[in-house]
Amino acid sequence: MDLGNLASLKHFIPEMILVAGVLAIVLIDLAVRDKSRLGALALIAAAASLLAIGLEPALSGAWLFHRMLVFDSFAIYFRTLIALAAVVAIWMSIGSKEVKSCDQGEYYAILLASTFAMFLMAESANLLMAYLALEFVSLTSYILTGFLRHNRRSLEAALKYLIYGGVASGTMIYGMSWIFGITGSLDFSVINKALSTPGHLPVLAVFIALVLILTGMGYKVASVPFHMWAPDVYTGAPIPITTFLAIGSKAAGFALLTRFFFPAISHLAAGGSWTALAGVDWPQLLLFVCIITMTLGNLAALQQTNMKRLLAYSSIAQAGYALMGFVVLSNDGIRAMLFYLFAYYVMDAGAFMVVMIVANSTGREDVDAYRGLAWRGGIVPAVALTIFLFSLTGIPLTVGFIGKFYLLAAAIRGQFYILAIVGILNSVVSLYYYLKPIRLMFFEQPRGDEGTVRFEAWNYSLMGVLACATIVFGVYWSPIISFANRSLSFFTGPA
Amino acid sequence: MSHALTLITFVPIVGMVLILALPDAMKNAFKWIAVAATIPQLLIAIHLYEHFDTTTSAVQFAEKASWMPSYHITYFMGVDGISISMVLLTALIMFISVFASFGINRAEKGYYAMLLMLDTGMMGVFVSLDFFLFYIFWEVMLLPMYFLIGIWGGPRREYAAIKFFLYTLLGSVLILLAMLALYYYGATPTFDLTELAANSSHYSIGFQRIVWLALFIGFAIKIPAFPFHTWLPDAHVEAPTAISVILAGVLLKMGTYGILRVNFAVLPAATYQLAWLFLGVIGTINIVYGAMCAMAQTDYKKLIAYSSISHMGYVMLGMAAFTTAGINGAVLQMFNHGTITAMLFILVGVIYDRAHHREINGFGGLAQQMPIYTAITGFAFFAGMGLPGMSAFISEVLVLLGAWQTHPFMVVFGAATAVLTAGYLLWTFQRIYLGPLNEKYKDFPDLSFREAFTLVPLGIIVLILGVYPHAILGLLNTSLVHLNQVVLSTSGAAVAMVR
Repeated sequence: MDLGNLASLKHFIPEMILVAGVLAIVLIDLAVRDKSRLGALALIAAAASLLAIGLEPALSGAWLFHRMLVFDSFAIYFRTLIALAAVVAIWMSIGSKEVKSCDQGEYYAILLASTFAMFLMAESANLLMAYLALEFVSLTSYILTGFLRHNRRSLEAALKYLIYGGVASGTMIYGMSWIFGITGSLDFSVINKALSTPGHLPVLAVFIALVLILTGMGYKVASVPFHMWAPDVYTGAPIPITTFLAIGSKAAGFALLTRFFFPAISHLAAGGSWTALAGVDWPQLLLFVCIITMTLGNLAALQQTNMKRLLAYSSIAQAGYALMGFVVLSNDGIRAMLFYLFAYYVMDAGAFMVVMIVANSTGREDVDAYRGLAWRGGIVPAVALTIFLFSLTGIPLTVGFIGKFYLLAAAIRGQFYILAIVGILNSVVSLYYYLKPIRLMFFEQPRGDEGTVRFEAWNYSLMGVLACATIVFGVYWSPIISFANRSLSFFTGPA
Repeated sequence: MSHALTLITFVPIVGMVLILALPDAMKNAFKWIAVAATIPQLLIAIHLYEHFDTTTSAVQFAEKASWMPSYHITYFMGVDGISISMVLLTALIMFISVFASFGINRAEKGYYAMLLMLDTGMMGVFVSLDFFLFYIFWEVMLLPMYFLIGIWGGPRREYAAIKFFLYTLLGSVLILLAMLALYYYGATPTFDLTELAANSSHYSIGFQRIVWLALFIGFAIKIPAFPFHTWLPDAHVEAPTAISVILAGVLLKMGTYGILRVNFAVLPAATYQLAWLFLGVIGTINIVYGAMCAMAQTDYKKLIAYSSISHMGYVMLGMAAFTTAGINGAVLQMFNHGTITAMLFILVGVIYDRAHHREINGFGGLAQQMPIYTAITGFAFFAGMGLPGMSAFISEVLVLLGAWQTHPFMVVFGAATAVLTAGYLLWTFQRIYLGPLNEKYKDFPDLSFREAFTLVPLGIIVLILGVYPHAILGLLNTSLVHLNQVVLSTSGAAVAMVR
């Protein structure tokens, strides 16, 4: 189905709610003196958008706005994930001390706008739309990163982010122009048809174009070698924004990556496996990227002493794990990747939540601030952080283990043995640095200069929910896996 | 009693939840809750023992429920002769070690909660028959162990805890990969260990060898087999007494149990080809090398730790024999090692609690001051040496007899090590207990009632099994003969060797 502008609106309600939220916040910010309720408004908008995604009418798939966007179950999965990320980020912002000092109106308006842009990234059906959405996400992210105007680290991070982002998106749009030159179109379905016409494929040109495009997308998911911005940005940004970038922006990047590399330029064969374009060996390239990403992320994390930086490198490694599902070129793998992104959402958001709780009370983000946390009144956040970090490692009874299990299963089924072995050895390596805060929290006694961690009902409640989700979905994960299973269909035009 | 296995596994979790729910102030209640959680476990274990049918090698008390149908993951529990002996051992050692924990006086709440969680993990490993479930329990057990060593351990506890965790995680991820490979390349995709075993002929021999090695390394780290043993002395030295007891008494058995349950049953052809090297030769190295290291130690606990490595070597050697006597001896040795080493570690703990050091040369003449303690130590040392009349004699002789038929050369080394074992144990006994009394220790009280209570039941079991080994062998025999047949039947010519 190819829907026009007005007919499309019916399937665009979640996005419209976000836009309405942005406008409402901007207007109320002008009119009202008390800004303390703006966060709640943003939270309501994000939650309403999430609800609207849940209530969307069932439809096998359609193009919206004259083939600019695509509405299918794959988009629903990612929009759900992004909306959940937005809810968590806003919830954390409300409870964050750092954010209290910022301009509330702008902050929440831009956060919601960024969410909206990520939705568009997950739904693009056209390279131009994809580029615009990606730039939209980037621009809002730069602002949010530098939002702590009086903090030099925050500003430095924003500048680094901007420069890297500018280069990456410039490279990407250049690659897109190659694709346009080769196929004569920016539309994913047309590109697919053009590239699959036998005998006319300029293999080298297509490969170069794909590498250039991969630069922009790899930058969004923070895969090596486009990861250099991540540690600085994650460290400099306010913690809720770090969380949002780590889970939301990464999910949107994976959505676009998947949508471009699978339905747009590959073919689904019988039995749920995908075949790449003949002669264009991007899977091999991505396999290499995946292995390097997880290994480098983990090795770099070993030396970190700042919790945000440690989690930044860990999130690079986690992106590498998720890419395992990508490079095995099968629906099994994509499903595992979808599940893993959900698992990553739960556990990484939880870990950052604890980092924020500690930072709120002590003003510190270094690992030493966690010394003896369990013995100085912080037993609850200490236990919660332990759960999240074990989940990130992939220890059973947590959702992270199930995620890794599916990824490894897909790799072994696809006979990617080296990949499976590298992946699993990486999780052993990662244990070492994930244990670092755990060791400090439980095995060491406080020295007395760390400060106490205060109970904050608002933040503890979300932390509790995420900790429970980590364990509950580690034991009973079938709702998530069947959701991921339903989300495996891409709309590529009427059959 | 239906659901006996679910009960025996999860009763400790009930205790754990109860402990966590109570306020910190009730610190005296925690240990009694832990006692109360392990008593029903012991009773259920005895109940299982009474009702176990020793004439069949089939799975008994089975419970099966669907868990994750799309991946054929089931909640499948059951015991055969091999696992029921380990279930008994676990219940017994856990009961004892709760009493051995009474000296813990810091963060009791966390300690007993972790102890009970560990209990569930270990019990779960021995009763699961679904590979996925087995793996979950296998890994879950690591967490409490890590904290128990790391929080309540000795001066170098952090190093020991992280070494333990990294080593064992490395092993278990290899098991995870092997598990997935077995799942995807089997006749039908399944995690059910009995089904995997029934379809074992489906796997090609090359595939079997690779998977066998991955599984072996995973399990060998737990045993611990040379050269993967280096974590064990560190972990033992730093762990509190009760945790050392559990580590030596139960945890190490999980390695050899896993090899029997998965390597032997599911990959018999590879087992038949590789066992002589990886179980036989490495087992022999364990025996000799462990004993020699033990002889060189000056730390009492480290000495016991190395002697434990040495004695686990007999288990491996027995498993490599592929004779009825050898494999029966191996599993009986697992049980006996559990009781005897547990005694030894409690005995070390007793003296450490009084002297706060474990330097062997720093003692002397304790026999004059602590006669009962010395008598029980002597008893345990003789048991460790494998003197006739004690349980280890039976199992070690069975192992050596069994292995003689297939690997006589290794048996020479294994048997000769008995001299070394006697050497280091007697020498230690002499240095600590005999000679003139060191003046520093003249006020030491003898065993308290609680300490005696943890030692005497184990001693009685050692004696009973020394004269009536059938109490455990009777359980094992049918299952083990069957398992042995399975392995031998993969090679036609080998059948002749069964006597």
